Amino acid sequence: MKAAVLVFPGSNCDRDLAVAFRNAGAEVTMVWHKDDALPAGVDVVGIPGGFSFGDYLRCGAIAARSPITRAVIEHTHRGGYALGICNGFQVLTETGILPGALMRNAGLKFVCKPVDLTVETADSAFTAGYTGGQRITIPIAHHDGNYVADADLVARLRAEGRVAFTYCDNPNGSVADIAGILSENRRVLGLMPHPERAAEPAHGGTDGAALFRSLVGALALA
Amino acid sequence: MKARVHVMLKDGVLDPQGQAVAHALGTLGFQGVGEVRQGKVIDLDLAATDRATAEAQVREMCEKLLANTVIERYDIEIG
Amino acid sequence: MRGKTMQEPAITDELIAAHGLKPEEYAEILRLLNRAPSFTELGIFSAMWNEHCSYKSSKKWLRTLPTDGPQVICGPGENAGVVDIGDGQAVVFKMESHNHPSYIEPYQGAATGVGGILRDVFTMGARPIAAMNALSFGEVDHPKTRQLVHGVVEGIGGYGNCFGVPTVGGEVRFHPAYNGNCLVNAFAAGLAEADKIFYSAASGVGMPVVYLGAKTGRDGVGGATMASAEFDEGIEEKRPTVQVGDPFTEKRLMEACLELMASGAVISIQDMGAAGLTCSAVEMGDKGGLGIRLDLDAVPQRETAMTAYEMMLSESQERMLMVLRPEKEAEARAIFEKWDLDFAIVGETIPEDRFLILHKGDCKADLPLSKLASSAPEYDRPWVETPPAPEMAEVPGIDPIDALKALIGSPNYAAKHWVYEQYDSQVMADTVRRPGLGAGIVRVHGTPKALAFTSDVTPRYVRANPVEGGRQAVAEAYRNLCAVGARPQAATDNLNFGNPEKPEIMGQFVGAIQGIGEACRALDMPIVSGNVSLYNETDGSPILPTPTIGAVGLLDSLDDLIGGAAAEGHLALLLGTTTGHLGQSALLAEVFHREDGDAPHVDLAAERAHGDFLRANRRLIAAATDLADGGLALAAFEMAEAGGVGLHLDAADTPTLFGEDQARYLIAATFDAAEALMVAAGKAGVPLVTVGRFGGQTVSFGGHVAPMAELSALFRGAFAEALG
Repeated sequence: MKAAVLVFPGSNCDRDLAVAFRNAGAEVTMVWHKDDALPAGVDVVGIPGGFSFGDYLRCGAIAARSPITRAVIEHTHRGGYALGICNGFQVLTETGILPGALMRNAGLKFVCKPVDLTVETADSAFTAGYTGGQRITIPIAHHDGNYVADADLVARLRAEGRVAFTYCDNPNGSVADIAGILSENRRVLGLMPHPERAAEPAHGGTDGAALFRSLVGALALA
Repeated sequence: MKARVHVMLKDGVLDPQGQAVAHALGTLGFQGVGEVRQGKVIDLDLAATDRATAEAQVREMCEKLLANTVIERYDIEIG
Repeated sequence: MRGKTMQEPAITDELIAAHGLKPEEYAEILRLLNRAPSFTELGIFSAMWNEHCSYKSSKKWLRTLPTDGPQVICGPGENAGVVDIGDGQAVVFKMESHNHPSYIEPYQGAATGVGGILRDVFTMGARPIAAMNALSFGEVDHPKTRQLVHGVVEGIGGYGNCFGVPTVGGEVRFHPAYNGNCLVNAFAAGLAEADKIFYSAASGVGMPVVYLGAKTGRDGVGGATMASAEFDEGIEEKRPTVQVGDPFTEKRLMEACLELMASGAVISIQDMGAAGLTCSAVEMGDKGGLGIRLDLDAVPQRETAMTAYEMMLSESQERMLMVLRPEKEAEARAIFEKWDLDFAIVGETIPEDRFLILHKGDCKADLPLSKLASSAPEYDRPWVETPPAPEMAEVPGIDPIDALKALIGSPNYAAKHWVYEQYDSQVMADTVRRPGLGAGIVRVHGTPKALAFTSDVTPRYVRANPVEGGRQAVAEAYRNLCAVGARPQAATDNLNFGNPEKPEIMGQFVGAIQGIGEACRALDMPIVSGNVSLYNETDGSPILPTPTIGAVGLLDSLDDLIGGAAAEGHLALLLGTTTGHLGQSALLAEVFHREDGDAPHVDLAAERAHGDFLRANRRLIAAATDLADGGLALAAFEMAEAGGVGLHLDAADTPTLFGEDQARYLIAATFDAAEALMVAAGKAGVPLVTVGRFGGQTVSFGGHVAPMAELSALFRGAFAEALG
């Protein structure tokens, strides 16, 4: 199973994401933002956390218009898998691959702490390692994680079972407590919490490891 | 009465956001873009009915909150 | 001075004074040059000779500190200290203040403070892996405090979070003595290969001097001069252009520097900090025994019509100066371009001992470089010993639960979630222990090893008794490292004091240095880097003497970590001797609003023995914490609260619960482990007693009881209540 992790100049969770993928058994290639093509045979593209271009203008806005991101859009159009964590989720919404937008936290402050999430659906390659309704603990670390969508979109996401994770105690004002969502074909996941920071015992929690294990497992079989 | 406040970094103060935007525009193929500086526009709906009062109010708001006058300047439009 | 005219002003007495140079210092310049300096030269001298760069008041005393040890690869004098951590790896660290800029513009002041210390670390070839911040603010109710706290904390987070370094520890304190001068002490540590450390000394004649990073603007021109001037009421008028930090550029600058270093292109490197181009170029030349010629027309400039004076004194952030191997130029150029960074060849090394500044065809400065670097004035400032503290007045009786509530309801001792949750403490995914309780810990990536970090000082002690206070700051840092099972390796000192021209302030400085030196020697914790911040006074009112000690410990394996929590049924054991010392205690300050009596005495032999005992018996220990201000009661409460259990201590008397005797730890252990620890303590000859137990849902001191839930809510809510 081959994973590509994008590296923007201000990415700072790129190594962390690569480690989590590797520990789950994936072969990982780091891909520079100025490249205009993904390596051949990539199964999943990881878009890491960080501040891709300083998060100036809007978080993820400039990264969403980078050469490599055009290749990621094509990859997802072809049915390829993508995982955007934190800043990666912001990039995915800025490209339009995932709907909605992420705004400044309701409390206006950057928030870094472990939060409890409910796994809303086990029906995806990303969440198959959990059971629906399971409560897990994953850290967040963001300033702009307030997920915004209109009522119609929220209703559609819910009806289609595309809300992947919700916050048990909403830390940022996200509509309907949404912490992560899936694309229509369920092959793209964007989430604000950092599962790669809860993937080894030394992290103080391992609830994030199942996400990488199930994704790598599912794609290795595919 | 309506007021619009433009808050900009003072001349000479580094604007990292503006620089990042300028660079991104160049990457997207927009030629001939010189310096880019980014600011904020803040619209206010005020109870005041005369211009002078409104302007004085907004000026005070700028000094106290809307602008960080150590690094930012502001312009006020009334009406 | 805004470059409207190219005419340089005449050198007058007023101009000399405005540069912070005393008449006798100017006379020394005339003697060195055998002529009057130009305006640009005057600026260069003022930058090199101000307190911030020259350490002219402190040098004599700093020399007395222990800086060596088998583990030390590089001590003070470079951008940061370097300590061997085995396996060919080294930890590179330093702490530095950014006090005055943070008071003037808290967000940018704190942000650029973080940026500066990160640059110090990666300039040496190390990737930053941990940061801490020790912050001191005025009293909570002071009209300026809340705004300063919000600005400083957001600035630290804004910069560190974007750059991508985990902030794993620090301190926040409030005291009226900081009303007019807040302290922002930023620490950073990085990881490097022990044989690939980069230094500032240039070598080779005719080598290109390369400028890398952000463009130069008029940021902070006059800043170095400001940082060494006492504040007065006119401060609002003195604002220079504030430096603005750009963490995105800093992140790219770091990546580019580390790539350049790996490519073999870098001969020497120096970051541009205070007094930017001047200090960095002079340092490179001086350490390499070479001269430097700079051609300012080549310097990347952000503003128009900048003068030589302004460029030489600019404090624009995120800039580096390097000497590169000419044959590697193409490779270097490719790396700069990859990271979209400005670079320029701005000069070269020359054989003569000259610092030559050319601009628009004119020679703006021509100075003897080595003399400029080495002949900065050095003062043996008069000092008086701090008189012994008067005897402590009687301490009235108080209900111990009420006393605990007063402590944990004060922002000084309440939980600091509101602060540290604004910092990314887990980026890099190697953080083992987040901030909040004792030392922060990060793994050494890809190895079983881990590093522990702490920063400590108790300024009340230092004011009452500078020598004991200096010893205590080091001892507390030592204990915080031992309490997690780490072996203390070395320390950095960030010495914040008032006006050294006052003998009583200089006496505080001299005493604190003596105490720090004694403790560092006794505990084998050499000082490998540091920073001095003097003149922290407003209208003649000085800060508390605040020598912050940042310390680093090593765990050979995470298996050695004492990182658990107190749990139901654990016994509470106290290691160390309790006499009930209440002088200068948190209890006196917070409950009785008194700061009297002497600081507690520090027994360095006991510190060492107790630390050794803790590490030797770590497998028997579920959790450990050092006892600091607030004494046994506060330490035991915090340990129980973190473990989500209640607490009973047998004692109910004030001295036992709230006394601040040193060399003490609280240990949580199972009944069986506690028995084994008692036997071990008997053999080792260290005092260990059972003082209570963990469990239940209440906190009780003797017969005084309160629900843990109520105390926990107070502890967790008080900071945001007061300052959020």
